[in-house]
Amino acid sequence: MALPDFVMYEEEYNKLKEVIERLKEESGSKIVFLVDKNGQQIAGAGELGNIDATSLASLTAGNVAATDGLAKLIGEKEFSLLFHEGERDNLHISIVGKRGILVVIFDNKATLGLVRLRVKKASQELEKIFDLIDEKAKKQVGDSENFESPFAEITEDDIDKLFGDI
Amino acid sequence: MAFINHAAKEINCKIVYYGPGLCGKTTNLQYIYTKTAEERKGKMISLATETDRTLYFDFLPIDIGTIHGFKVKFQLYTVPGQVFYNASRKLILKGADGVIFVADSQEERFEANIESLENLQENLIENNLSLDLIPYVLQLNKRDLPNVVPVEELIQELRYKGEPYFEAVAIQGLGVFETFKACAKQVLQTLR
Repeated sequence: MALPDFVMYEEEYNKLKEVIERLKEESGSKIVFLVDKNGQQIAGAGELGNIDATSLASLTAGNVAATDGLAKLIGEKEFSLLFHEGERDNLHISIVGKRGILVVIFDNKATLGLVRLRVKKASQELEKIFDLIDEKAKKQVGDSENFESPFAEITEDDIDKLFGDI
Repeated sequence: MAFINHAAKEINCKIVYYGPGLCGKTTNLQYIYTKTAEERKGKMISLATETDRTLYFDFLPIDIGTIHGFKVKFQLYTVPGQVFYNASRKLILKGADGVIFVADSQEERFEANIESLENLQENLIENNLSLDLIPYVLQLNKRDLPNVVPVEELIQELRYKGEPYFEAVAIQGLGVFETFKACAKQVLQTLR
């Protein structure tokens, strides 16, 4: 298979969350989201209640994937930044490491320059945390004799029950 | 590639519906959407042309319940079936945990099914995936139409590795959940 499953534990989650909370504050933006390139939401900060985070994550990933395809078509490795300007709110989308996408939503209380600056700083920190997550996953694969997946004990019956009321 | 989030106690998996143009991929998702309780589904997104043909993808997030304390969520995607959207199809397969091939049972679409299946295999390989390894289910759709190819013939030509197959009339919902469940089950089994 291409990539192993993406496994995230509480420790790394809290670290990621801390970085994006800080990014939100320091950049004066409304919402910051961290999603993975496959469209899964990893963490968010800000007024999340007003937004459909699942849709946002999948559309962002689609958008980045399409832009990535365009980059390759013209011989670029990637376009690491996407910016969408709206009447009220703006979207700043950037790629973090191999698997992350950072989405910042901000209005006219923040400036694009400041957002870009803070995103750059936060991206470096996030990348380090992603590396930690990867290292942990690799260690577990190497140590597979002692590591038991939390789902090792899932039975056919458990799976059947899941679908009972769908 | 499933996303196992120990902090949020969630497992997120991605299933992609593949198949030739107008075979009923979007119809499968629409039926699942209409029959799933509000609290278990998110918004269905369709990026379609003005004539309702899928332009990029359809997306439907579903929450199927809890297993060993983890919330199990599936994200269902369709690809655009029309031949010239291949670049988009390739992108959508990225990170897929399972694939459902929706075949159009009509005689005149026999060749289109075969081409689409070959195209699926090529695109999986480009994503470092393979039909041999990925959880996979075959759906034979549009069984209610008069000009359908017999099931045995379709199976002989389209069944790739002894995967489960289901006869379906997606527009009426026949076989839709059976297909989805069979694929989701295989995906969950791979997590063990």
